[in-house]
Amino acid sequence: MSQPIRLITPLADEDVEKLHIGDKVLLSGVLFTGRDAAHKRLSELINEGKELPIDLKGQVIYYVGPTPAKPGKPIGSAGPTTSYRMDPYSPKMIELGLKGMIGKGNRSKEVIDAMKKHKAVYFGATGGAGALLAKSITKADIVAYPDLGPEAIRRLEVEDFPVTVINDTKGNDLYQEGIKTYAKK
Amino acid sequence: MTRQISVDEITSVVKQLCIDANYNLVEDVLSALDKAIEEEESPTAREVLKELIENATIAQQEKVPICQDCGLAVIFAEIGQDVHFTGGDLKEAINEGIRQGYNDGYLRKSACHPITRKNTGDNTPAIIHLDIVPGDRVKITVAPKGGGSENMSRVTMLTPAVGMEGIAEFVVNRVREAGSNPCPPTIIGIGVGGTFERSAILAKKALLRSLGQRNPDPELAKIEEDILARIKKLGIGPMGYGGTTTSLDVFLEMEPCHIASLPVAINIQCHAARHKEAVI
Repeated sequence: MSQPIRLITPLADEDVEKLHIGDKVLLSGVLFTGRDAAHKRLSELINEGKELPIDLKGQVIYYVGPTPAKPGKPIGSAGPTTSYRMDPYSPKMIELGLKGMIGKGNRSKEVIDAMKKHKAVYFGATGGAGALLAKSITKADIVAYPDLGPEAIRRLEVEDFPVTVINDTKGNDLYQEGIKTYAKK
Repeated sequence: MTRQISVDEITSVVKQLCIDANYNLVEDVLSALDKAIEEEESPTAREVLKELIENATIAQQEKVPICQDCGLAVIFAEIGQDVHFTGGDLKEAINEGIRQGYNDGYLRKSACHPITRKNTGDNTPAIIHLDIVPGDRVKITVAPKGGGSENMSRVTMLTPAVGMEGIAEFVVNRVREAGSNPCPPTIIGIGVGGTFERSAILAKKALLRSLGQRNPDPELAKIEEDILARIKKLGIGPMGYGGTTTSLDVFLEMEPCHIASLPVAINIQCHAARHKEAVI
């Protein structure tokens, strides 16, 4: 196993350009959470030309709807949700400066093209490892849409949050490469 | 003789099972993950499998959910025909158990209106499958089901001429198309026969088996093994990062169907195969 790459958010073009599919990355700093419902609202604001509740420049969005925090804990279990449901909204957000997305599962051609054009990456976190991933989250605050409950936008502070690069800025795809390497006749 | 059971007892049992199922990964999955680490060819995949075991350990020790998607609450209840429920409405008692379990257990509530997407707030209504059986006991299984793997599941009505090979091809293609989305390594439930809706229930019930438990019919058991071997060759691997561990097991249930039909359902389950049962 290669050594993990440590990155601190917000990310610059140089940070993401050096990443390749399969790289293990440990993210520290701030991540914003968002799922379908929050993306829909952000997208409506973008289309209406209104200001967003969060500045997307250099940021990383984590597709997660955590469980309620137990007393004394910053957050409950917090693993990734499936990303394709965010595909219709992501290209526009990448154009506005979003540098990273964390989720699981395939992205559309439009999202992969936007990542290539505007220099952004898609990270995978281990699905179903919500209890383990929550260990890297030190603080969580709701910053928008509290009415959405688990789907509200949260500002997470993370330390060495473990992810793997699925799509890099060159248009490569770990899912396709993985199958090429391990598929048998 | 009729046996009286208070519905309050049902509520209490359902509550406990919701919490138990979400915090404690079943032993057979843990053993299967251990075995998969030994057999897996990809080093990245082995790391992922180790993470899943570590995650299960943390969830159990800290009493937190294995996965943030605590699922829709699917309930199978086998009710002895000599049982008489007292003190209220049985289905409402089950829903009350869900309400209490998901609230007190700090579990995520994922039930929402299909169009407005407004959350119902307490993870009800439960998906309840009732069955009447001989005897005076009640067996309750709580099997919370996550959305990611459920979204990759399908029901189809095949042409009878395609036979067993057609069924296997449909299943393997579905696993290929699902790819990384259902959080592999997965467990595959297949329901063949019955009607449109019956095939889906058979597929879901198949997922209640313990890993390694083959269909008692030797021919069907062999088909389960064959399909698993074909899935292994797809190369999808844990989380879709590439590897030989794509599914941990395949369970097939079969029943007679209409002379014109061949209903087939595939229900995909992620490694967090949550199902806990109790007999009252």
